[in-house]
Amino acid sequence: MKPRDIAARTGDLGILTARAFLAMIAPPYEIGEWVRQMEQIGVRSLGVAGITTIFTGMVLALQTALSLPTLGIKYYIGSVVSKSLVRELGPVLTALIVGGRIGAGMTAEIGTMKVTEQIDALRSMAADPVKKLVAPKLVATLVMLPALTVIGDALGILGGLIVATGTLNLTPGLYLNDVWDTLKLGDVFSGVAKSFFFAYFIAIIGCHNGLHTTGGADGVGRATTNTVVLAAILVLVSDFFLTKLFYILFST
Amino acid sequence: MPEALYQIRGLTKRYGTRTVLEDLDFDIYRGECLVILGRSGSGKSVTLRQLNGLEKPEAGSVELDGTDLTRLSERELFPIRRRIAMLFQGGALFDSMNVFDNVAFPLREHTEKPEAEIAETVRHKLSQVRLKDKDVEPKMPSDLSGGMKKRVALARSLALDPEVVLFDEPTTGLDPITSATIGKLMSSIQKDLGVTSVVVTHDIPLARRVGDRIALLADGRFCFLGSWAEAEDSNDPRLRDFLAGREEDEENAA
Repeated sequence: MKPRDIAARTGDLGILTARAFLAMIAPPYEIGEWVRQMEQIGVRSLGVAGITTIFTGMVLALQTALSLPTLGIKYYIGSVVSKSLVRELGPVLTALIVGGRIGAGMTAEIGTMKVTEQIDALRSMAADPVKKLVAPKLVATLVMLPALTVIGDALGILGGLIVATGTLNLTPGLYLNDVWDTLKLGDVFSGVAKSFFFAYFIAIIGCHNGLHTTGGADGVGRATTNTVVLAAILVLVSDFFLTKLFYILFST
Repeated sequence: MPEALYQIRGLTKRYGTRTVLEDLDFDIYRGECLVILGRSGSGKSVTLRQLNGLEKPEAGSVELDGTDLTRLSERELFPIRRRIAMLFQGGALFDSMNVFDNVAFPLREHTEKPEAEIAETVRHKLSQVRLKDKDVEPKMPSDLSGGMKKRVALARSLALDPEVVLFDEPTTGLDPITSATIGKLMSSIQKDLGVTSVVVTHDIPLARRVGDRIALLADGRFCFLGSWAEAEDSNDPRLRDFLAGREEDEENAA
């Protein structure tokens, strides 16, 4: 891509963002469609998000204990698991896994509608595709991705608990006390705040790529792949800057 | 002279460096059926998409009752699009909705009618396109044949009682019998509802059946625009070739 294309695309994303947020707050509200999307995006991602974080929690506990056995670090497994999950791995892994799933779904759905002229049909019937399609998906992602992140964090800590008690012979009380003592509200806030930004990136890229799909079934495939790649890159890159930003904002 | 509903002046449309329509002038009269003929890729569909503002031209004006559509924003076009229905090539039915909901969509979107009244209107519109069988209502678009899809799409486009119906290749991809059925349906709707219609096609039998006037689009301009009687008398070689379905002259091929 040329710099010019990148600029044009960023501009397009900005315009779509403005239109989507306006459509979101302007009545009438398509509550039924919002709920349907939340079910589609949130509830149906619960399994994949849960498996991702629960095993991440387990492996974190295991790696921490096994890689540094001499330091008696196993008594601090609760801190390590909960801090790294809640601040970093929970939001990022959930966004990567769930984002790939829902972002690809959005692009495929809207892109298919685009190449079969259903988007034009909406417009020709004086219905706004942004209001009908983009806004409900954006609302649902903004609500459900942070929710999934919080659930994922809890499951990850539970995964850590399973390994700590099952293979490392810690008592549940010791592990949970350690979690409780180290984990601050600020950690949770920073993680959840990030996931709002990730949700926005995923939804807006998924919808934008869908609306700009050309070239039939082949084009839908290309657009979908592009969404998955671009959403993942944006999540990972923005994560660094958001971490830095939150650190500056909330360190004092 | 009949009254002009649309006045199109100096319409020019480019894609990149390719000029698809060049300085096109024509009128569409109230209540008539204008058929735009042309070879694939000649810009017929592009012309049609200017008439409800789905695409904007590079230059020129498209006036409907004195309102220039090219100057309106997407939002300002909405009230106008309620008066103009468009039938898309593949039907463009929403594949997440069943037949009933597809036809009910414009009614739910733009009227405050209660569900019972909407159901009544939907049945009426489906019967207008000869789909009286109640079994069809809960079917999903993916379960319908090409001809059925077109008919449901036609019912949907008639839902708000439009003044203008734009048909984008209504018979492409259909067998000759189904094409004839669609053509018959189009002319009966034309007669019963008194709508103005613009049909883009390369189906000559359909054009003969429904068209009051025909236009032939070639190289971004109309090389012929007139009644069928005028078309029969015309000496334009491109029109003669098109109507007779003669192959392209190899030496003069573009």
